[in-house]
Amino acid sequence: MSRIIIATPARLAVERRLVLQILGIGSLAAMGLAPGLVPRAQAAEQSLAWPKNAFAQKNETAALDALYEKPIVVPSDKVSLDVPEIAENGAVVPVSVSAALPNVTAIALLIPENPFTLAAYYPIPEGTEPSVSCRLKMAKTSDVVAVVEADGKHYGARKQVKVTLGGCGG
Amino acid sequence: MKVAIAAIGRRAAAGGILLLALVLPPASAEQRIDPAADQRAFQTYFRQAFPDVALDDFANGPYAVDKDMRKQWEEIMQFPPYDFALEDGKKLFETPFKDGKTYADCFPQKGIGIRQNYPYFDRQTGEVVTLDLAINRCREKNGEKPLPYQVGDMAAIDAYMASTSRGKPFAIEIPDDARALAAYEEGKQFFYERRGQLNFSCASCHVQAAGKRLRGDILAPALGILASFPIYRSDWGSMGTVDRRFISCNEQVRSVAFKPEDELYRDLEYFLSYMSNGVAIAGPGTRP
Amino acid sequence: MASTIRVRAVAHGESTEVQSLIQHPMDSGFVKDKDGKLIPPHYIETVTFDWNGKRVFTAFWGPAVSKDPYLKFSFKGGKKGDALKINWSDNEGKSDETTATIL
Repeated sequence: MSRIIIATPARLAVERRLVLQILGIGSLAAMGLAPGLVPRAQAAEQSLAWPKNAFAQKNETAALDALYEKPIVVPSDKVSLDVPEIAENGAVVPVSVSAALPNVTAIALLIPENPFTLAAYYPIPEGTEPSVSCRLKMAKTSDVVAVVEADGKHYGARKQVKVTLGGCGG
Repeated sequence: MKVAIAAIGRRAAAGGILLLALVLPPASAEQRIDPAADQRAFQTYFRQAFPDVALDDFANGPYAVDKDMRKQWEEIMQFPPYDFALEDGKKLFETPFKDGKTYADCFPQKGIGIRQNYPYFDRQTGEVVTLDLAINRCREKNGEKPLPYQVGDMAAIDAYMASTSRGKPFAIEIPDDARALAAYEEGKQFFYERRGQLNFSCASCHVQAAGKRLRGDILAPALGILASFPIYRSDWGSMGTVDRRFISCNEQVRSVAFKPEDELYRDLEYFLSYMSNGVAIAGPGTRP
Repeated sequence: MASTIRVRAVAHGESTEVQSLIQHPMDSGFVKDKDGKLIPPHYIETVTFDWNGKRVFTAFWGPAVSKDPYLKFSFKGGKKGDALKINWSDNEGKSDETTATIL
């Protein structure tokens, strides 16, 4: 299995998606690519697999690499991340992300201080708003990191959520 | 007495002078137990302590007094985690017993829209009857086994019955009956009495430290504190009744808790509910 | 048995907003039970939403998603009366499915 080294990973991914769309190929497996590859182009497809490798990673870089092939994540104020300052309960932390960017293809939520960094991953199909709300568990005070993929590039936002020892738990 | 005032703290002392009168035991057996006066003092204290909180909002506990908490609560309330229990509760409430009767046959108004009247004082039996006690008495009357308190089906039925009373203000009655007044007084004394290894009373947290932090948590004011029960606590990952909370709170101050529906807990619920007359029922609720 | 999936899908003009709550323990595998034994991980891995034959949303979850997981998203399309199919599957191979009507 070879990669075209000349292009940057982002551009490679965009080109790969265009090629796939033009050829109308259902999945990359049909192209005989090794199953270990996690091509971003899969986001365009119907049959997606749970990214097992990414969910098994224990740090931010490794998790992002497993999802996006060594992305360069640029902090962007176009990614809105809404989280509480102090979690009322670390077991249920409401998190909302939205991206004011065109052609968003995926949103990832990571919690670096959790035992496994990747919390949730949302491939965004065309026609679906690049916005999602969910509730996450945080083991302790940590940043919550949102990484949005749009047009093959990656944009991020991070905010710290304090998780304290409750006094009223029992 | 001076030491006690100093220990209570400035804000509490200012409005709390009124409450001090409640803490002092009656001078003689003839001293009138005056729940109405207590209630006025209680509500005045909290309205003054939290002037920006509307009366009904006190039902929301910590969410009424902390912005960051409130925002998280509003997000969670978009789709409340008690939804499953609420649906179960409706089914349980409507399912007939083996003898063909239902809960509707035991309760006034078929059990709909009555939660705000509980607990009440039963003059025939001379005891405080809570909703949970009434639910189990209904079951036993119809040949069914009583439900375990605190959790599960009991909490689910509570959730449904509370939901039918949403918006109806607490309307607890204390009849002019020495036994009812005594039960009320027992509940009041329990509330202000220190207990456990940590030597806290309910008031230590929910009066003196209301709106303040206990480690990472914000303490709910005692006014309206039962109006959102039963509650889904994220901490429990499940529903819990008033009993569950009384027991867990007592255990948290390292006191030996009483059994659910113990006379003292019923008296405490009677006192707390009466103090909250006028606050609309908002249950079931969610909490951290 | 009642479905584990609760959905509220509301059409607003050209878009539909979807909120869902799924009953599931989402055990992370890090919590111990009363006897001190670790409760094994048991969590939803994938949730899919289909409208009109189109996959309008996919959620890939790990054990850090809260118990009784909630989700909110919006997609272009959908009108009152349309069907929205939701399916989840977890790491133990269990799954559930429901079809909701867009309001």
